[in-house]
Amino acid sequence: MLLFGPINVLNDLLLKFFSADTINYFVWPLIQIGLVVTLVAAWVAYATYLERKISAFMQARLGPMRVGPWGLLQPIADGIKLLAKEDFIPEKADRWIFFFAPYIAVASAFIVFSVVPFGPDWAVIADVNIGLLLVLAVSSVGVLALILAGWSSNSKYALLGGLRSSAQMVSYEVAMGLSLIGALMFARTLSLSGMVYAQGSDSIWYIVYQPAGFLIFLISGIAENNRAPFDLPEAESELVAGFHTEYSGMRWSLFFMAEYAAMVVVAAVAATVYLGGWYFPFVDRLEQNGYHNLYVVVSLLVFLIKASVILYIYFWLRWTLPRFRYDQLMDIGWKWLIPSALINIVLTAFAVFLVQALNGWRDMKTIEAVNQGLNLTATGKIIMFVTGLISVFITGALLSRINWRSRDFNLKTQRRNIRLVNVAKGKPAVEAVQQ
Amino acid sequence: MHQVEIATTQDTLLDSPEMVLNMGPQHPSTHGVLRVVLKLDGETVIDLDCDIGYLHRGMEKIAENRMYTMIAPYWDRLDYIAAVSNGLVWVETVEQMMGLVVPPRAHYLRTILTELNRIASHLLWLATHALDIGAVTVLLWALREREEILKIFERQFGARLTCHAWRVGGMTNDAYDDFHKDVRQFVNNFPKRLDEYETVLSENRIWLSRTVGIGVISAADAIAIGLSGPALRGSGVAWDIRKSRPYAAYGEMDFDIPVGENGDTYDRYLVRLEEMRQSRRIIDQALENLPDGPVNAKLPKVVKPPVGDYYHSIEGPKGEIGCYLVSDGSAQPWRVRVRPPSFVNLQALKQMCLGHLVADVVAIIGTLDIVLGEIDR
Repeated sequence: MLLFGPINVLNDLLLKFFSADTINYFVWPLIQIGLVVTLVAAWVAYATYLERKISAFMQARLGPMRVGPWGLLQPIADGIKLLAKEDFIPEKADRWIFFFAPYIAVASAFIVFSVVPFGPDWAVIADVNIGLLLVLAVSSVGVLALILAGWSSNSKYALLGGLRSSAQMVSYEVAMGLSLIGALMFARTLSLSGMVYAQGSDSIWYIVYQPAGFLIFLISGIAENNRAPFDLPEAESELVAGFHTEYSGMRWSLFFMAEYAAMVVVAAVAATVYLGGWYFPFVDRLEQNGYHNLYVVVSLLVFLIKASVILYIYFWLRWTLPRFRYDQLMDIGWKWLIPSALINIVLTAFAVFLVQALNGWRDMKTIEAVNQGLNLTATGKIIMFVTGLISVFITGALLSRINWRSRDFNLKTQRRNIRLVNVAKGKPAVEAVQQ
Repeated sequence: MHQVEIATTQDTLLDSPEMVLNMGPQHPSTHGVLRVVLKLDGETVIDLDCDIGYLHRGMEKIAENRMYTMIAPYWDRLDYIAAVSNGLVWVETVEQMMGLVVPPRAHYLRTILTELNRIASHLLWLATHALDIGAVTVLLWALREREEILKIFERQFGARLTCHAWRVGGMTNDAYDDFHKDVRQFVNNFPKRLDEYETVLSENRIWLSRTVGIGVISAADAIAIGLSGPALRGSGVAWDIRKSRPYAAYGEMDFDIPVGENGDTYDRYLVRLEEMRQSRRIIDQALENLPDGPVNAKLPKVVKPPVGDYYHSIEGPKGEIGCYLVSDGSAQPWRVRVRPPSFVNLQALKQMCLGHLVADVVAIIGTLDIVLGEIDR
């Protein structure tokens, strides 16, 4: 393997300067961090390029075409342009907070990548046993940046944007956290790598068991990232640009990067928890045949593709749907997503209980083994899949009952069609309708 | 100048329960240079005042110092989205005051081109209205169709936006060679495109929740304020000058007036979409029956309407656009007064917005379909 030869050479070189422990716990992680930060930054930059291209295809135009072939160098040109721009700070702004808010946003978005398993073995920086908690905790620090940016700008539009984003992110974090619990019941671990291994050993993706949980996670993830149709904090038609109205140049682009990085984080977590992460059937044959590093690289590609599919859903929604209003957004968060996440937990718990109760009943075998995650037999998988599907409908029915009286519940019956009045030629056409 | 009388009850922002938010004149979605001062409680609008005049050019005064034929280009700059319709008001007023008989071919061409302009104006409204509510893709789709119309205008008038379309007594030029083909092609393709917008918006849950029940105005209130055009018809009043006092060739066309029921933003949206379909119908008929013959009446060397005053109005895309003309018998008018539909429709903004949220203000400004060039004149 020519590709991985240099790694061994480098390892030997490092051994001359440091002890083996230092290399394993300090030097290699540093190299990994450098690589991940660079690659994620490139990914984020090209996510913007992809978004522009995809939106262009949806809108019957070409998108960036001038810089490089098919505009491929556009993100780099944008970066240079933004770096060269004036970094303007309003006179009455709270200078230091204004100064530091973008860094908080970027840092909180990038720290999460330390626990995201891009692949097996060396493709993950830190396999923390509370990985999922860390993701939720750190990404919720991101809201602080938006509030601070909105407050310190000393502008009413920015302030409204900051207030909106704080309310929005706080309420959607609840739904996001709750929606993950269903998957945790199968994986029985908070470690993100552990969840991938659990899905691998069960040879199934948790989206099959948890369709409702996946949907809730995806929707609240969009809202958490302030993306359309939930992009109220930066709703440009009302609030100009929301919390970053007063930002310019590189500081603005840091917010922009943070937004895209947060989006990549949610896509990565969704891919890890619900789509099996880097696990893909038959790829582990490579490992068994001794191609370890190739196995890691292929798994990494699998992971990137899965995350990109979810990113594509994000872009697709953004360029298709109109924007929610602020109160409607809160309604969806508190009246739809959080109840449905709670119902999903109860139903999943019931399904897990059912599978365990059925194990051994009339010679039925549903559970294969309980090692790290819950490994089910084919029968158990079918039961789980069917209960998962049924639970989507039960959740929908219960939610409809909860929201029966809400104004926004059934808008199609509220709307009435227009009528066509044909006035004969030469007759006066004033016809006031009796109200 | 109009003094905006909105202030918080306390001196500092932190002490007061309300907040005064200045929206515009440089704001992405006030459609030009409209300044709206909002008094907010949280995000709910509790008071509102409009400040206009940022685009004032004194057009009515300028008209007093120009010959009748020279005034027409100024009308194009009123509602620059619908220059063709605006120009028609002026030339028809002068013609009717002088008692000129315009040849039927000119009438038919005027009907076709003003209806094309109505579609173009409604498409731009759809684009910006959808953009205000957050549906970005509709913007580019609608502009794509508008481009087809602007191409026809460019070939016919030599300009895309401020096309100086008409002459007193008829038209500058007859229709260009491929006019029939181009318009026919547009007419054939257009319904398919309209259905496309409908699939994206009409049944969209978010679109419904943003527009149903927003900015409601009753028929009685609408008449009291003096609303006209789609804003009035959305409230359920079947009032259309094309029907009630036909001008150009509208008397010979067969078309329906779409009328809403609730008077909310959604109804006005549906009414405008249906109006585009009806406009297409009118163009179709006019193109079918387009008579041959000259396009210009015989004019005296200098246009001099007789002493007296005259009011004429047409159904512009935004509503009733009218011209009140006082002549002292000389080659220049003594007084010109524009009846601007956007200006009158804007007066309903406060009544529509109170109690709604900031996001709705944007949607309501969009649904009123105002053009600041016409409000400020």
